Amino acid sequence: MVREHRADGTEPTDRWWGSYAARASGMIASEVRALFAVASRPEIVSLAGGMPAVDALPLDAVASTVADLVTSRGRVALQYGSAQGDPELRARICDVMAMEGITDAHPDNVVVTVGSQQALDLLTRVFVDPGDVVLTEGPTYVTAINTFAAYQARVVHVSMDGDGLVPDALRETLTRLAAEGARVKLLYTVPTFQNPAGITLTASRRAEVLEICRRAGVLVVEDNPYGLLSFTGEPVRAMRADDPGGVVYLGSFSKTLAPGMRVGWALAPAPVAARLVLAAESAILSHSMFTQLAVERYLATQPWPEQIKAFREMYRDRRDAMLTALAETMPAGATWTRPEGGFFIWLTLPDGVDAKAMLPRAIAARVAYVPGTGFYADGSGRNAMRLSYCYPPPERIRDGVRRLADVLRAEISLRQTFAPLATTDPRATDPRPVAPRTSDFRDQ
Amino acid sequence: MTDLGRVLVLAGGLSPEREVSLRSGRRLRDALARIGVDTDLRDVDGSTLPALSADPPAMVIPVLHGTSGEDGTIRDVLDLYGLPYVGSTPAACRAAFDKATAKATVGAAGVATPAAVTLPREAFHDLGAAPLIDRIVARLGLPLVVKPRAGGSAFGVTFVGEAGQLAEALMACFGYHDWALIERAVTGVEIAVGVLDTGDGPVALPAVEIQPITGAYDYAARYTPGATAFHIPARLDAELLRTAAAAAVTAHRVLGLRDLSRTDLIVDAAGAAQFLEVNVSPGMTDTSTWPMALQAAGLDLAVVHRDLAATASRRASG
Repeated sequence: MVREHRADGTEPTDRWWGSYAARASGMIASEVRALFAVASRPEIVSLAGGMPAVDALPLDAVASTVADLVTSRGRVALQYGSAQGDPELRARICDVMAMEGITDAHPDNVVVTVGSQQALDLLTRVFVDPGDVVLTEGPTYVTAINTFAAYQARVVHVSMDGDGLVPDALRETLTRLAAEGARVKLLYTVPTFQNPAGITLTASRRAEVLEICRRAGVLVVEDNPYGLLSFTGEPVRAMRADDPGGVVYLGSFSKTLAPGMRVGWALAPAPVAARLVLAAESAILSHSMFTQLAVERYLATQPWPEQIKAFREMYRDRRDAMLTALAETMPAGATWTRPEGGFFIWLTLPDGVDAKAMLPRAIAARVAYVPGTGFYADGSGRNAMRLSYCYPPPERIRDGVRRLADVLRAEISLRQTFAPLATTDPRATDPRPVAPRTSDFRDQ
Repeated sequence: MTDLGRVLVLAGGLSPEREVSLRSGRRLRDALARIGVDTDLRDVDGSTLPALSADPPAMVIPVLHGTSGEDGTIRDVLDLYGLPYVGSTPAACRAAFDKATAKATVGAAGVATPAAVTLPREAFHDLGAAPLIDRIVARLGLPLVVKPRAGGSAFGVTFVGEAGQLAEALMACFGYHDWALIERAVTGVEIAVGVLDTGDGPVALPAVEIQPITGAYDYAARYTPGATAFHIPARLDAELLRTAAAAAVTAHRVLGLRDLSRTDLIVDAAGAAQFLEVNVSPGMTDTSTWPMALQAAGLDLAVVHRDLAATASRRASG
């Protein structure tokens, strides 16, 4: 084997080190990602990943749908399609959105994407120049932060309370950014059963947030993958239903059918949709016809609403198991949210406890979570974590929360020993230059 | 195929170094397979022991990193099953994996090692953290390096430049281990020296100098290709290279290590090779120094490990 040597005689482990774009400089190996490699092992109770429980899917129904598709429309399913997506699927997507109050959607304004994640990527690509501001809730969806970072956006968080994004905080942030001369392009929000906090933006605040953004000329990106997973059975009205021109709605079948299909979509005002289609062409040429048609056929031939109902009940049971276990085991000073749908609970730890520093101890105790810092672009969230109840069955959830509580107690004891002396965090004064880092975490 | 029989590479496990170990294991498996060795790779878990019983391999090469991989546990288990393996005995692994024991043993053999103190978290809790921290700083000075008493890949390791940073560094360390090794930080040329013994006694491989591009040799610098420059051989004069090689061979010998090891050293401004730690299961990823050193010595990773397996096989049957 021939190995290259640098002119200075060193042995390069990446000969292209000096060629990467600035936006890739933060894409480096991380200690926490290494810990998550352990968390994926079955020995660990993972309350970390947001993986839907696909074992609740009727696989025989999926198999027969796919078999019928290959038999009846195989030549279409295995051919290229358009960048906008299959028209029949787009029509069915409009029916799905009608369940959340969006009754005026036209298939022409729907762009099918590789999960809603690609819709977010395309939107950022067409709207955000380096240095532009994207507003998000604090905390927010971790992989959205990574997308914005990849386009060198400046992410600014707006605080939330139990009723969701705080309108006054949004106003103040916009005023401050305007004074700075910053260009605010998007408000990215997960208003319903938020990832990671499990919080839902109230109806009155939805109207207020839309009005603030309309006045400020900021496009609202409503990411709504969990909207149909309401534990009351009543879907929450989408923000897009009340502002067709000011909101791009992102949807997904990942949580209501199967993430492996990788079918999501954007519903956008017509001019925006046209740009997204052109951006999609350059990104992927065309979306998978096979998975699009499989989803379309599944929706057309299977009792999908019943399936969603079954998902809701399963996730509600798991949420209940986690809430009960938290109430029974958590030490004083810990608080948590009570989601009415979706996958996640946000656990705030007693003051001074660092969830990221505690993670290796938790992994050693065979339980995993995502530390809160992963959901902020600015280092906030140290004393918080996201807990997912979507994937493990209730008895595993109870077991995992018990283990977590024991770890937390040990961490509190450690903090009591050392925290009064910790005047400076050496990691915070690391003299090395800090490049924008791809988050240590990823999400499903 | 060779006459070695089936070689099983053990990797993965549940230590924080799982991903590194899997990368090492895959690389070694592929290399051995390329030269005709019948090789399997197994991620160690609850199904491992039944599999070893049902279909015992002719030889095991443990490439597990971290606790249970390098502390002698897996080798004790292999001994229980009567399976031969490449590498050191459980007792030697225990001595080497424990940084405090290794420093004391290697230091007693005349190799310099930075002044250090090793304390459990209970000591800080029971005796009071403030006086202990004050005393540590007064005794060892600054800067310091705080590291878990056992473990690798820089997990839980923090450089402490000011006294006020020590408490936070200890908390980070205790996330990985209940004992902290607090060591005087030494400035100098950081090198890794592999030691290989294929039957004729331990021999040092060319020293690999480690020069992280962005600062410390932390996890990101270790496992992001390109983030560290490696100079082979290290940019030291011949006498210093000989001193470093001798230190690594001494560490290998006095700790009773077998077949292979990698010693990490810092050559300080006065030209002393300061012993930091030794690894009984060195990493074999694309950014690991062990394969680089072999290559610099004109040796092939696969051939070396095939020969080590043959040596271990003879040892087992003899």
